[in-house]
Amino acid sequence: MIEAPVMLEVTDVRFLYQDMTMRFDLSVAPGECIAIIGPSGAGKSTLLALIAGFELPESGNIRIDGRDMAGQTPSRRPVTSLFQEHNLFPHLSLADNVGLGLDPGLALDAAAREKVAKALAHVGLAGLEARRPGQLSGGERQRAALARSLVRNKPLLLLDEPFAALGPAQRREMLDLVNALARDRGFTVLFVSHQPDDARHAAGRTIFIEAGRILADGPTPDLFAVPTGPLATYLGTS
Amino acid sequence: MARGDERIAPSFVLRVWLNDMPGVAVASFLLLLLGGALAALIAAAPPDIANIFADLYLRHVLLFTTLQAALSALISVALALPVARALARRGRFPGRTLLLRLFGLPMVMPAIVAVFAIVALYGESGWLHWLLAKMGLSTGGFLYGLSGILIAHVFFNMPFAARAFLAALEAVPGESWRLASQLGMASGPVFRLIEWPALRGTVASVAGLVFMLCFASFAITLTLGGGPAWASLEAAIYQALRYDFDLGRAAVLALVQLAVSGALLLALHRLLLPAPVSLGLGRAMARPDVAGRGGAIVDGVLIALAGLYVGLPMLSVAIAGSSAAMVPVLGAAATWKAVGIGLGVAAAATMLAIGGALLLIAGGQRLACPGAFQFIGSLPLAASPLALGAGLFVLLTRLGGSLEMGLGLVALINGLMGMPYVMRVVAPAAREAAERHDRLCASLDIRGWNRWRLIDGPLLRRPVGLAMALVAALSLGDLGAIALFGTPETATLPLLIYQQLAAYRLDAAAATSLLLVVLTFGCFILIERLVGGPAHD
Repeated sequence: MIEAPVMLEVTDVRFLYQDMTMRFDLSVAPGECIAIIGPSGAGKSTLLALIAGFELPESGNIRIDGRDMAGQTPSRRPVTSLFQEHNLFPHLSLADNVGLGLDPGLALDAAAREKVAKALAHVGLAGLEARRPGQLSGGERQRAALARSLVRNKPLLLLDEPFAALGPAQRREMLDLVNALARDRGFTVLFVSHQPDDARHAAGRTIFIEAGRILADGPTPDLFAVPTGPLATYLGTS
Repeated sequence: MARGDERIAPSFVLRVWLNDMPGVAVASFLLLLLGGALAALIAAAPPDIANIFADLYLRHVLLFTTLQAALSALISVALALPVARALARRGRFPGRTLLLRLFGLPMVMPAIVAVFAIVALYGESGWLHWLLAKMGLSTGGFLYGLSGILIAHVFFNMPFAARAFLAALEAVPGESWRLASQLGMASGPVFRLIEWPALRGTVASVAGLVFMLCFASFAITLTLGGGPAWASLEAAIYQALRYDFDLGRAAVLALVQLAVSGALLLALHRLLLPAPVSLGLGRAMARPDVAGRGGAIVDGVLIALAGLYVGLPMLSVAIAGSSAAMVPVLGAAATWKAVGIGLGVAAAATMLAIGGALLLIAGGQRLACPGAFQFIGSLPLAASPLALGAGLFVLLTRLGGSLEMGLGLVALINGLMGMPYVMRVVAPAAREAAERHDRLCASLDIRGWNRWRLIDGPLLRRPVGLAMALVAALSLGDLGAIALFGTPETATLPLLIYQQLAAYRLDAAAATSLLLVVLTFGCFILIERLVGGPAHD
């Protein structure tokens, strides 16, 4: 029997957050798009920070693409993170901000500049290379950050509510864009959201986290069809 | 993970050492230097140090220093409060921005120039004196002694306090004002319920800081005090070292100075250093207490008087300086030699202060204890140029050094005294940049030189430029360190002015003062623009 391929494997990862010990177990196949929902302070962002290497677990094991991540700095993990804000440096142009994904010293040749322009066009920001983040709308700024994830070309994309400040229509539009890019490149996506609608719209699979534990995990339609226990309380359907 | 930790431990320790060496080295150097100076002072003080308070002269000096500092703080704060309130209530009027800029100038004005300005304005041959005499009001020779010292200290500190209070008032959220309007609050309740709670913390720290700065005042007390009866501790240290060659007495005086300033520094843990960072934005706030005509008149008079109090001395320097005496002063080789020495010392002091402070800030962030490094960088504030100079002087004579390294010491002292200001201006911006961008930089592998070149350098450019301009201006205007270690051959402009004032060559002092002001303000603007980039907005 051939084992199914695994992109991300989180095994018995423990993390002490204030006085709560969080514990996560999770297995993700390549190409999946997963929504992470749950109340504030439940550990959604912490899970992403552990995978990206911004936080180090007390114990347990994280493997990405078959490689053990212990002792790997954030920049050496095959991961691109998008935060709620500050994804771009305010004093650098869009081209430079995206170009940093190719070289952290911004030593870019013509081919690299071409790549950056293509990535910006791909997210609908063609021709805006010279703009500063301050001259863009919130949605456009996050598009530029997505363009950087394209040039970085890391297989795992972690979105920590980057679209939370956008309206419902724009949020759906951005999630569609993420899904389209992910299909193109074969990225695997994990996104945190406070809106169950986002999960229904964009994620094939949904994870519900509360008090540092994954309490529900399954195909999105099944999860929302007959929610039970804490998930039902969270959704307000019990 | 546990196994992994063991494996990376040695290289991790090594990396911390290599990365943090500079910051740790600067911190150690500072602690050693300050500790060494302190130890040298203690060793040089007479053994019966417990009896120092029996010494009548010393008791008098300590009492007077405390009295003038307390009065300076009290008057500065008491005047600044209504002025700040008037400025907050009048968010828009022609010249408001100009006035606030004027209020920022005393910070970079050399103390000895302010002394000259005040003599030229209020002195027996000054034109305010003349004006009052015309009106039949005899002011007598009130300038020298306590009143002159207070006039000068309030000139320096009232504008700074007013700006700090104004910033605190403008930080009151707009909703509070809307609420007050809706509830129909009058001026009294507005002050009691909204303004005073917003001001309280700032008032305490500003009062403490002004006390501390005036307690360590040198140029003003030395020249306007006019004699041993009005000597401050700093002036007494100078007297003991330069004229009486009494190391023991100087050491005792310096120790008292350090003890008082150190205690104050510890007490004011959230110390507010004057930092000309935020000008009043001129936001027109929907305050309920601005409509009345009477209030508008009172505010107008307050603002005008404050503007005159700060502006007239500046104007009198410009007027008195642009006289025929300018020609021989500008023609004298000694003048230009003093300019060159002053610029050289200021350049060295600025590089020392900015380099040391940046390394301290970086070290603090890497070792995740910015507070400790910030505190170490602020320690020179507990010293004063003369007390620190006395300590270093004793230390160096013990180590076999000589006064020939005088100018190096002046630059060192000025650099050390400037370091707390750099920390105050740059550290908050550095902390904000780190909070915002640390994770992104980590995930994109932007570190070391790349991080400074692409991210931190451009983001910190403005505060670094401001801090460098500030240190250069403070160094150019310093009289304390150069009076202690300078010789006629190594005089800077402030020392030259002091000598001219002492010789009653008022015309020459006027011309040299104007030159020094132009040099200081010019350097300030030049450095701020060159390093900090063109002004926004």
